[in-house]
Amino acid sequence: MAPTTATQSYALPAPLPLDNGSALEGVTVAYETYGQLSEKRDNAILVCHALTGDQYVASAHPLTGKPGWWERMVGPGKPIDTDRFHVICANVIGGCMGSTGPASPAPDGQPWAMRFPVITIRDMVRAEIALLDGLGIERLHAVVGGSMGGMQALSLAANFPDRAARVLAIATTARHSAQNIAFHEVGRQAVMADPEWQSGDYYGSGRAPDKGLSVARMAAHITYLSENGLTEKFGRNLQDREAKSFGFDADFQVESYLRYQGSGFTQRFDANSYLYITRAMDYFDIAEEHGGRLADAFAGATARFCLVSFDSDWLYPTAESRHVVHALNAAGAAVSFVELSAPHGHDSFLLEHAALDRVVKGFIE
Amino acid sequence: MSALRPDLAVIARNVRTGARVLDIGCGDGALMAELQGERGCDARGMEVDPVLVERCVARGLSVVQGDADRDLADYPDKAFDYAILSQTLQTAARPDRMLDELLRVGRQAFVSFPNFAHWRTRAALTLRGRMPVTRHLPVSWYETENIHHVTVADFRELIAAKGVRCERAWYFSGERALSPAFANLRAEYALFELSR
Repeated sequence: MAPTTATQSYALPAPLPLDNGSALEGVTVAYETYGQLSEKRDNAILVCHALTGDQYVASAHPLTGKPGWWERMVGPGKPIDTDRFHVICANVIGGCMGSTGPASPAPDGQPWAMRFPVITIRDMVRAEIALLDGLGIERLHAVVGGSMGGMQALSLAANFPDRAARVLAIATTARHSAQNIAFHEVGRQAVMADPEWQSGDYYGSGRAPDKGLSVARMAAHITYLSENGLTEKFGRNLQDREAKSFGFDADFQVESYLRYQGSGFTQRFDANSYLYITRAMDYFDIAEEHGGRLADAFAGATARFCLVSFDSDWLYPTAESRHVVHALNAAGAAVSFVELSAPHGHDSFLLEHAALDRVVKGFIE
Repeated sequence: MSALRPDLAVIARNVRTGARVLDIGCGDGALMAELQGERGCDARGMEVDPVLVERCVARGLSVVQGDADRDLADYPDKAFDYAILSQTLQTAARPDRMLDELLRVGRQAFVSFPNFAHWRTRAALTLRGRMPVTRHLPVSWYETENIHHVTVADFRELIAAKGVRCERAWYFSGERALSPAFANLRAEYALFELSR
């Protein structure tokens, strides 16, 4: 079901213009902050979350009680040091942790459900910029994000070049590939094939497409890992049994793990939000927004950029980061790029990685 | 400045203040840091080794992990006042083409390389009949990255054939700067400032 928990929220004073041509009224952005904002308001870092992330980057999740999703990176004395920086993390619009999304009430008082407009990454960034306006932050010390968070960071740099002095985009891309779109489509179809989805109008029914959403999460989760990582962690090991059951229980540990990931996800995420956010990612193509040439998107860039990829990430492989670096070089921007070695695929950016810590810390400072 | 290798120290002294510089094969970023900190340059780097790139980024330098043979193509024409290639030319797949690329992305270039005609290498070849392993070419022939050995005379011939102008040249033996006399015999390595 749609959780709506947030410690702080900002009601946008004006309708939010959207890429689909309409404007969304009554938008709320839920966010968390950590560390003190300096008097000159020049030490703010916006951390953007990934597809299934939220604003709880460095504090416990109110529904699951689990630690923040990037606590190893953000906090006192951490690479993004909240003793020095004011860290802001906002739930994206379309999300389900307090920012306006498909589970929020439409002007008629009923949940938007599938009447919610299809949004884009740039729309999410517009909402974040509106939040920064509301907080009186003219120029960010840095905007940082991994995966979809990296897309937001790049989109912010392209569309609001004056608003950030540093752009750190990790394990990300400037456009969704056919393969990226294909995996997302599998997930969406799984949700929509669940009879409990009810064409998206499940909010008042006491039922929800948990099975479909769970399958979507299972399929997506595979793309966040690497073959070697899976083999190392599970191999062909059986789950709590001595022999294969000759049935369709979760015989293998990897099956049990995926089922656990899937069902845990439904406890904290709204199925319609999953549809809308994956759609936003699929529509993402910064070059397309800027006349087809990626370098033109960054023509006015004054920020320093840093891109990081992981050698085992096959969701947004190194070639995608290189593509962005190429464009930034062509635009004359100051850019750093490093491909880090890690065994765990796309999710490596969330896991323990000493070299990533050093790069993040060095670049931010 | 004293911590820099002699050829790098010469480059650091001779780059114009405030220039835009690309250091290709920038290693741990020692020259870049000097150019940025002391000379007010806008310094960018390219380095193939991810561990060194990480070290550069961690010290706040703008360095891209890349292979000079392939990734120089990313940069527009005359994007830099200087392109610097120190002790890397001899590792290129095609040093002649890399020279063209240097003078495409940079208005000027600094190029330094170990001189294979140094008397010690000559001696190793002529007297012992062996590929030289010296303090400046410390790796055996089968594992060296130096796949295109070059001499001062060869290099001069290449740039002449390309119509590249040699603005200045410096010669070194160990930590010592040498006069140009018999440089092809006496210099362990050489540094050229080039333009087109």
